[in-house]
Amino acid sequence: MTKYVLKRIGLAVLTLFIITLVLFLLVRIMPGNPFPSERMSAEQIALKRQEMGLDDPVVVQFFRYIVNLFHGDFGKGTSLYYGAPITTVLTTCISNSFKIGGIAIVLGSLVGLVLGITAALHKGRFLDGLCTVLSILGVCVPSYVFLIFLQYTFSFKIPFFPYFFDPSRFLFSSVIPAISLSLFTMSTIARFTRNEMVEVFDSDYVRLAESKGMYGRSLVMKHVLRNALIPIVTVLAPLVVDLLTGALVVEKIYGINGIGKLMVDAIAGEGIDYNYVLALGILYSALYIGIMLIVDLLYGVLDPRIRVSAKGGDD
Amino acid sequence: MAKQTVSPAVSTPAYTPRKEDFVFLPKRDIETDKNFASQSYWKGVFTHFFKNRRAVVGLVIVVLIILFSIFGPMLSSYGYRDIVQYRNEKNKRVVAKGISPQIPALHELFYGEAPDNSFSEYTFLFGTDDLGRDLWTRTWYGARVSLLIAFITIFIDMIIGMSYGLISGYFGGRVDNVMQRFVEIANSVPRLVIVSVLAIFMPKGMGLVIVALLLTEWIGMSKIARAEMLKIKEQEYVLASHTLGAGNMHIIFKEILPNTIGPIITQVMFSIPTAIFTEAFLSFVGVGIVLPECSVGTLIEDGFNNITTLPYQILPPILVLALLMLGFNFIGDGLREALAPKLEDM
Repeated sequence: MTKYVLKRIGLAVLTLFIITLVLFLLVRIMPGNPFPSERMSAEQIALKRQEMGLDDPVVVQFFRYIVNLFHGDFGKGTSLYYGAPITTVLTTCISNSFKIGGIAIVLGSLVGLVLGITAALHKGRFLDGLCTVLSILGVCVPSYVFLIFLQYTFSFKIPFFPYFFDPSRFLFSSVIPAISLSLFTMSTIARFTRNEMVEVFDSDYVRLAESKGMYGRSLVMKHVLRNALIPIVTVLAPLVVDLLTGALVVEKIYGINGIGKLMVDAIAGEGIDYNYVLALGILYSALYIGIMLIVDLLYGVLDPRIRVSAKGGDD
Repeated sequence: MAKQTVSPAVSTPAYTPRKEDFVFLPKRDIETDKNFASQSYWKGVFTHFFKNRRAVVGLVIVVLIILFSIFGPMLSSYGYRDIVQYRNEKNKRVVAKGISPQIPALHELFYGEAPDNSFSEYTFLFGTDDLGRDLWTRTWYGARVSLLIAFITIFIDMIIGMSYGLISGYFGGRVDNVMQRFVEIANSVPRLVIVSVLAIFMPKGMGLVIVALLLTEWIGMSKIARAEMLKIKEQEYVLASHTLGAGNMHIIFKEILPNTIGPIITQVMFSIPTAIFTEAFLSFVGVGIVLPECSVGTLIEDGFNNITTLPYQILPPILVLALLMLGFNFIGDGLREALAPKLEDM
């Protein structure tokens, strides 16, 4: 088991290193000029390039970048937030994004589980149909559309929630974005839970437990849900990643100062900020790889069969 | 000559069979197993698919939207970029800015009078936007652009991913190992990062969307193709073909490919909504389709920008987007079930 975990972690770190290298090369070798040149004279640009060390060989630059990364230093932005160290900007943004994203994931998973279980217990009846419709709706409509509707209804028509994000009232103003972000998670988890539970209900060991006289909550909790949960954990990883993507627009629309908004500003703002793109690219990749890794390992904890087969040695 | 000499010897006339001589066998004797024997594989898939109510609904939705996206703009007398306007008696321009959906005849039926604006004889099924463009035309034109992007990119992705997966699975060993490590790394780069790096290289617009989709969507396809290849390549007919002297490429693309096409098409059906979603997302963020062209994504963005003043404007593109997602997902689900039916469904 330890060997398997170490191997997985090693692979993840290696992948991240390769991605960082490729991203760095792409951003540095790029033709053109990372500064908004219309507003700067040639001497200013030359000075700025020298200050940021852009005239050194790419290899030197890369190693300097890596060393700085280990010190938690992402360098400075070139155009966007002029001169401010990226790390300082990132810290606030990450904490905002993570809080709202966290609320959304927890909310979505819990409601999704409840919906899925309800649907499975009432299979083929009205509640099942209702849950199915809800989960289809959640998958077919992007989260930012939900946000637009919620914002329009509950902040504009009925001015109850703030129209834009307000950091001084964090919880209150994160209600609308968290709900709209959670809907996709909710519907996917609900659909998955339902299907898995229906399948487990049909399995031989549940029939055995039933014939031994087990019923009701203890049957559902101890036998059905535990086994149905295993595959659900695997969908959580892509869900978190989708949440990151969805958060991009949601943060932009609702004015949340998060990494998503930063990303949108970096790629679609006035001038593209190379260093921000690089930093955010590394950050997003690290998040993505980290989530995949955690889910992989969690899967092993939940399902003993995986541990055994991993010891048996896949490639 | 010879015939004439022989024929008198045979006195009986030639017997012509009559209808009564033939009798149908009792039906039960020739009944066959309808589920398996009498149907070809694809016929079975089709009947199974069309028995599935959801799949048919999905197909109808998608076909309708495709038809509308082709013919919808033609049904309207305004172009997607045209500002609806006329000159009044004082020779002043009157522009149809922000007119909510109206059909004059219906309006008269319900309210007893023509719509209360300067365009009372004009029909705007979805209304007009803040610049005075007809939203019906724009919506279907945008749907056309989104669908075209999705179809083109997913088709190319299918070819790339399929070839990659099939080759990787067929050769196995070191080739497979190297190719799969590459996929693993490519798969751990979030799509967002790819898009943002592309945005540095490429100008905003349709090209960026297409390249971003090309770079990301082939991976899923290649995984499916590889899994199918691993299942099939040990079968006897592959060995037979090999023994008869067929080359590797012939075996991969002529012998095995046709047998993997089902799951690949299913994957395509799931990839198309992803592509439409991604396009809408990129256009909404502002790196996708640029003005004056429009797509579902830019239409949603326009609607969002005017939501407080013209709230009806955002509805048509959102409905089209949601229905497309729904339709393609239903078709995909239906195909998956039809390709691998469970026993209980038979």
